[in-house]
Amino acid sequence: MPVSEAPAGSQPRLSVDWTRCDGRGLCVELLPELIARDDWGYPIIRRAEVPDRLGNYARQAVRVCPRLALRLLPPEA
Amino acid sequence: MTTTTDPNATVPVRIASRSTGLPAPALAGDVVGGSHLRILAADQTRSAALPRLSTDQLIDLLRQAGLQGRGGAGFPAWRKLATVAATRRRPVLVANAAEGEPASAKDRVLLRQRPDLVLDGLSLLSGALQAREVYLYVGDADLLPGLQAELDARRAVRRDPVPVRLEVAPQLFLAGEESAAANWLSGGPVAPRTKPPLVLTSGVRGRPTLIHNVETLAHIALLARHGAGWFRQAGTRDEPGTMLMTVSGAVRRPAVLEVPVGTSIPEVIDLAGGATRRLSALLLGGYGGGWISAAAAATATTSRASLTPLGSSLGAGVVVAFPDDRCGLAETARLVAYLARESAGQCGPCLNGLPHLARLMQMLASGSATPAVLGELERVSGLVTGRGACRHPDGTARLIRSALLTFGDEAQLHLAGRCSARTTTPLLPVDQEHASCL
Amino acid sequence: MTNAQLDVALWYLGRGSGVVALVLLTASVLLGIVTRSGRPLPGLPRFAVAEVHRSIGLLSVAFLAVHVLTLTLDPKAQMRWLNVIIPFVSSWRPLWTGLGTLALDLLVALLVTSLLRERLGHVVWRAVHWASYALWPFAVLHTLGSGTDIGHGWLTLVLGACVLAVALAGVWRLSDWFLDPSDRLPGSKRPQPSQRTQPPQPSQRQRTSYPEATFRR
Repeated sequence: MPVSEAPAGSQPRLSVDWTRCDGRGLCVELLPELIARDDWGYPIIRRAEVPDRLGNYARQAVRVCPRLALRLLPPEA
Repeated sequence: MTTTTDPNATVPVRIASRSTGLPAPALAGDVVGGSHLRILAADQTRSAALPRLSTDQLIDLLRQAGLQGRGGAGFPAWRKLATVAATRRRPVLVANAAEGEPASAKDRVLLRQRPDLVLDGLSLLSGALQAREVYLYVGDADLLPGLQAELDARRAVRRDPVPVRLEVAPQLFLAGEESAAANWLSGGPVAPRTKPPLVLTSGVRGRPTLIHNVETLAHIALLARHGAGWFRQAGTRDEPGTMLMTVSGAVRRPAVLEVPVGTSIPEVIDLAGGATRRLSALLLGGYGGGWISAAAAATATTSRASLTPLGSSLGAGVVVAFPDDRCGLAETARLVAYLARESAGQCGPCLNGLPHLARLMQMLASGSATPAVLGELERVSGLVTGRGACRHPDGTARLIRSALLTFGDEAQLHLAGRCSARTTTPLLPVDQEHASCL
Repeated sequence: MTNAQLDVALWYLGRGSGVVALVLLTASVLLGIVTRSGRPLPGLPRFAVAEVHRSIGLLSVAFLAVHVLTLTLDPKAQMRWLNVIIPFVSSWRPLWTGLGTLALDLLVALLVTSLLRERLGHVVWRAVHWASYALWPFAVLHTLGSGTDIGHGWLTLVLGACVLAVALAGVWRLSDWFLDPSDRLPGSKRPQPSQRTQPPQPSQRQRTSYPEATFRR
């Protein structure tokens, strides 16, 4: 599924704090377009930039992360 | 000291052991570098008065000189200084000689030979930045008495604006990683932390923290005396200056060298007395670095510009000459097992992926692998890359991928149940205490 | 509506909302345990379990607010505002009512830390969240001790079901099955960090500073 809609660098970016992440997998369920699971259940950020139409899901994923490990970084200037 | 005698070599191969500090190559007579010696040169200006520079003057000087960090990452020194200065808070200053990389000895040699330069570099920075605390973070505890004597002598003549505190770094591979070092100096474990925030803005006990490799500090001390133009007389335009290198493995005189950046790799090997036998490959940059074939090394130089296209890097200046009577896959398997043990165990991909990679490498090395193992090694290497708080998984993956490229023929031989090596004596040092885990 | 009718309404509302709050709390604890296991319920993905846990928890707060409010207004219950906040000072069965007050205080702490989770950080939030394992038994005991309906079969049934459900979930939580979830991919059992892979703990690690270090060696 194509997810690129805006020029690179203008979108908020997903970032994982790996020291916190415990691979609970909630973010994978909410954002299958951007995040996959690896062999051990930890998220693979397939695409860090969050397109507008997934913004709500991304914010929800950040909010429900049980370990506060998922972050949305501001767009690169 | 660990001394391993290679039955096929004419000269004993001495390898470094981190538990006892460095063996032979560290000693004074073994330091070579021809006319290029700068920071390891016999000292004439030891007690010369230190110029007093403001932060802005120092930033300009480092910028003009183009000095890049010598701890492995090669980050421009002036940028780090400018970032810390921009916080407008009194920072913590750390001279990093943790040297967790078992194949590196240059920090130890430098601190033994020219502690004055390292401390002068610290002194310049702490004076300019009005540092709150200054640490000398040293991996080799054997150096402490000498360093303490040096510090006492300096205190007597008030050479350091802020007293320097000696801290012994734990014997861990990651002890020198910036955020791990900052964490340790704050009283925590050696645990790298997710960036941002950078250590430069929030490091030791939350303060802005400027951590420099000791070699970088020695260069800063000389720069302040001799100027940026002098500094640029050695090295290349993009990577100026000289650098320290630790050359070990199948060379006649394992040594710490000082050479201009951009020296050809064969010349580096020659400076270490030449190879003891035909080389199949070289390990550059240490255990998180990369293998390159001897053929590729023949035309390569000690610079990022030359090595990056080869998928390698110099890291903190480690060169290991690998003889053709050994198995590069077995050696890599040992190193990967070591690196897996040295993971801080904080990040899932590293905690799970590195032991998995170590098992796969062990299968390949021992001849019990199927062709699918090669693909799996490649896949899992990709899986751990970029997915940790620090670059430990990335370095491990780079080592494996470079081994599969460099020792590709050997890998095919292993899949067929054979091995071309004629000796199984390990070459590269790992933490001895855990060697039995293999 | 006469005053007497109003009093009766408040009395029923107070008791009823209390029971509903307990049932919701029980459900929230159950879902919290399921969430912690990292496993989805059949037909419900993990994030949904977490969201329902959160919603039910918030709903229980609402019912608890009704419960407390009605009983403070109700002359028959003779609750005073002080009793709502400070446990064990009530004139009516001080111990049992006090347990309810304690549960309320804990729930407020839980609510506040959960709403401020991102600011407080995971460690603080989790420490307070563990209090739910004390909160829930307090709420059950409070229902048992203060409840005026305890003689009735329906309340016994509700309480029994709540206790049984949480007890089963608790056993499950402590079992191997919980600690080693079966939905992980094959061969991916998460290794427990060995002594070696864990960073040295502050108590065990060797912290050496010169000059002591040289003499100790």
